[in-house]
Amino acid sequence: MEQVTALFARIAGAGTLSPQLLLWLGALTMALIMALVMAACAIVFTWAERKVAGFIQSRYGPMRVGRWHGIAQPIADMLKILQKEDIIPADADRKFFILAPFVLFIGSLMAWAAIPFAPGFVAADLDMGLLYIFAASSLVTIGILMSGWASNNKWSLYGAARGAAQIVSYEIPLALAVVPVVLYAGSLNMTDIVVAQQGGIWKWFALRNPFLFVSFLIYFLASIAEVNRTPFDLPETESELVAGYHTEYSGMRFAFFFLAEYANLFLVSCIATAVFLGGWGHPVPGLNFAPALVFLAKAVLLVLAQIWIRWTLPRLRVDQLMHVCWKVMIPLALVCLAGSGVWMLAFVRFA
Amino acid sequence: MSRKLLERLQQEFGTAILRTADQHGDAVIWVAPKDATVVLRHLRDREQCELLLDVAGVDYPERAKRFEVNYLLRSLARAHRVRVKIDVAEGEAVESATPLWRCADWHEREVFDLLGVPFRGHPDLRRILCHHEFEGHALRKDYPIEQGQPCVSTEKLFGDHEIEQASRRSEGVAAAGDESGLPSDLLTVNIGPSHPATHGALRVEVLLDGETVVRARSEIGYLHRCFEKEAEDHTWHEVMPYTDRLNYCSALLNNAIWAHSVEKLLGVQITPRCRAIRVIVSELARLTDHLVCLAANLVDIGALTNYWYLYNVREGIYQIFDKLCGSRLTTNYARIGGMSHDLYPGFAEETLFHLGRLDEAIRDVTGLVARNRIFLDRTVGVGAISREEALSWGYTGPCLRATGLAYDVRRFAPYFGYEEYDFDIPVGEHGDTYDRIMVRFEEMKQSARIIRQALRKLPEGPVNIDDPRVILPPKESVYGSIEGMMNQFKLIYEGIQVPAGEAYGFGEGGNGELGFFCVSNGTGRPWRVKVRPPCFPIFSSYSRLIEGGMIPDAIAILGSLNIIAGELDR
Amino acid sequence: MIPACPLAAVSTGMHADFATVLIFILFGVFFGLLALGIARLLRPHNPHPEKLVTYECGELPQGSAWVRFNVRFYLIALFFIVFDVEVIFLYPWAVVFRQLAAAPGLGLLALLEMLLFLAILVVGLAYVWAKGDLDWVKSLTARPAGEEVAGE
Repeated sequence: MEQVTALFARIAGAGTLSPQLLLWLGALTMALIMALVMAACAIVFTWAERKVAGFIQSRYGPMRVGRWHGIAQPIADMLKILQKEDIIPADADRKFFILAPFVLFIGSLMAWAAIPFAPGFVAADLDMGLLYIFAASSLVTIGILMSGWASNNKWSLYGAARGAAQIVSYEIPLALAVVPVVLYAGSLNMTDIVVAQQGGIWKWFALRNPFLFVSFLIYFLASIAEVNRTPFDLPETESELVAGYHTEYSGMRFAFFFLAEYANLFLVSCIATAVFLGGWGHPVPGLNFAPALVFLAKAVLLVLAQIWIRWTLPRLRVDQLMHVCWKVMIPLALVCLAGSGVWMLAFVRFA
Repeated sequence: MSRKLLERLQQEFGTAILRTADQHGDAVIWVAPKDATVVLRHLRDREQCELLLDVAGVDYPERAKRFEVNYLLRSLARAHRVRVKIDVAEGEAVESATPLWRCADWHEREVFDLLGVPFRGHPDLRRILCHHEFEGHALRKDYPIEQGQPCVSTEKLFGDHEIEQASRRSEGVAAAGDESGLPSDLLTVNIGPSHPATHGALRVEVLLDGETVVRARSEIGYLHRCFEKEAEDHTWHEVMPYTDRLNYCSALLNNAIWAHSVEKLLGVQITPRCRAIRVIVSELARLTDHLVCLAANLVDIGALTNYWYLYNVREGIYQIFDKLCGSRLTTNYARIGGMSHDLYPGFAEETLFHLGRLDEAIRDVTGLVARNRIFLDRTVGVGAISREEALSWGYTGPCLRATGLAYDVRRFAPYFGYEEYDFDIPVGEHGDTYDRIMVRFEEMKQSARIIRQALRKLPEGPVNIDDPRVILPPKESVYGSIEGMMNQFKLIYEGIQVPAGEAYGFGEGGNGELGFFCVSNGTGRPWRVKVRPPCFPIFSSYSRLIEGGMIPDAIAILGSLNIIAGELDR
Repeated sequence: MIPACPLAAVSTGMHADFATVLIFILFGVFFGLLALGIARLLRPHNPHPEKLVTYECGELPQGSAWVRFNVRFYLIALFFIVFDVEVIFLYPWAVVFRQLAAAPGLGLLALLEMLLFLAILVVGLAYVWAKGDLDWVKSLTARPAGEEVAGE
């Protein structure tokens, strides 16, 4: 943000633009960048997903559009989806039906505001950034419930009920798993959390103590559930619920669900990178590499891990999903939290 | 064997048994409608005929008692094959066998639907294959084959009263188990006909309380095209391509077993080479059937990747079929008295290559799922059925073997020389989804074993029998001699003249015993063909398997039963 | 990098950060409307009453989907609220714990306090666990399946 506003100030010449105007311009630019990042996520990761899936399943995946390995396939898909007829069922609740994709999309976009990609490169460097991200991304639940209920379709209703129950349930282990990090960092500000991990791989919170490592795993698994991917893709299981909460959506409205899904996939990976994996820090000493690229590389690796898991594992049943969350992950997360506190007192010397 | 049984029965019932006969090793007895239940119960309880295979109705318009209802029974322990015949006049009712066998429910509904024979004491005597608005009975000889009836409306499978009853009951249970006691509405949902997991057009109407299936009822017939009526309108040979469309996942098995059934009626012996070829293609077809079933079942559970591992092998086998028969799915390869043509050169090498890939795929997939905790949680104990109950529902094939009963037609009543091959019959233990899946994996290994043996000792010699009344003459003779031409003409236009009589030909199909009950009146066209599709009785138990479980279980179970709509609806 | 102007002071303020959030929301609305607007220009419009029928596997829907859904679902939502609020209480503690830990004696006190708080949380969890309210399906599993099919 500072970098962006500074850039504007330099272009216009120092002092010619009022600080307020610069601020608005900067924020707008960041919003544009983040929206583009979201769109890029959908484009890059749909292609990556299909190629990785193809690789895992001993087939090629898209090969034709764009000459090289179907690289332009997502663009073609987007153009196709733009031309799809927009259908709102007669029995649906029109208002909520139209509103739901917006809620989903905006909730996702809002969360991006607090992700620190590089030192100073964060749209809103909020003091309670971590809480803000969780709050913003839980708008997704409301979007899913809205869409499922508004469709007046039974499969959508089941998708929405499952989705809401799943996401709210997994939010608890998710939120609990990052508390030990806050213990170490002493701040909820995302930049502070990343800065606290600089200086070598052993400074990364995931590797600070065994409890934190387990917390990282809990976070990672719970985040897969948060973004509804196999083995936790119950809200939209094709074989059971046809398409779940977005069964009735078509065309561009459907595209928003799709966009938000892949944006969230990348979002949870970015959070994991910032909170557990040292953000832009890298283990090679002395090398001053572009921090944003290091950050993105880590997040993309996490996304690839999620893709890998998706194409390897079967899907849980809804009661087993709840079982894993409430009876395994939450108790474990609580143990990790207490364990981390004890570990800090016992082994860590604070300056 | 059957003679002794018939003597015992005559001693027991005396004049109640109107007539007896021994047809191709099947014990056939005629009884009056009023005695039917007593005789059937005796057969079930005293003669261990625990399996009701089929109920087949035949229409003889010229007879005083126009309809003949056949109950096809089977004793696994004593190897009895019994057919109980009941002659009834128009409007006369047969005592229902539903108290004796659960699968009698759907079988009798089918007879009622297609021939209009009522069954007294049947709990739910509705149409099953034809639409509920259909008028007349399609398999009666006086129903014109050209007469179609457009019917469109949807039948509600649960009446309001039933929904209310189920909902009260569900509330009662909820109040007992849950102190909140808050009622929830039961949701009526159609799973199918157009649902990703039905893999074909069939419909299950379920009453849901949350995720739990409280009641379920199935409706079939979406793909009904009255194969049996078509068969009566074509020569014996012309039925062959129609059999492709029964279980379209293993068309070659249908071809081979259809040819086998007609040959039984004709009383001809096929050549050793033909037998070996039929064994090979049957087992290849069984492989494709199991591969499709397993792949789809795993997709239903969410393990998508396994689909390609299995389908890649199936693709290889389909390439063999393509070269062998000229088509992948609708093979039309067998002929009565032989095969359409011999194997192509290089068949053995290609088959062995793909069998190698099969072993690899089985290793990969079982490696991914067999001990995967999620997979185990999803399948172990899900949709379990006991051995006794499975028999009562008329289960055969992998679903029956999953309950621990090693019944396989290839071993029980060997045909095509299966007795010469060395293979095991894999069985499960609990009859649940896991066992059904694992039994299929093991059966694929056994099929591969049989194919390898058959390829090794494939006999030389002619493929077709040398009988101009059955087999078409060679082309040189058709174009070169008047006898050959006349022979070809007669066989094509009039069909093979099959001597009057009845035979039930059967074999081990992809998902159980596939049988054709053929009746000939001595002409070139069948008088009656009744298919015994293995998944028909199995699917009739579907609502029983899913009630009390959850939607995801229902989907996993449906996949593991391997319901093929083409065969289910005929 | 950052020029020494009043900007630095303003842009790091809390108001400025939330102004950014507001701009994100507005931009999201704009982006959504833009995309739908473009789609409107490109997409066909061939209305037909059958297209507007709710999908239920190819049959006409039987009844509405707006029903009283199973109560289990709401119980999970209730637990979520309880537990999520408690997790929120953990955050302020976690933020200051580092400072407290640095001070001798205070760290242990802070830890014990929080362990007590967690213990209360665990008791609550144990209670709902023991009551079976954490199970997604509770009401009907006790019933032997298919009993009404038999013997009728």
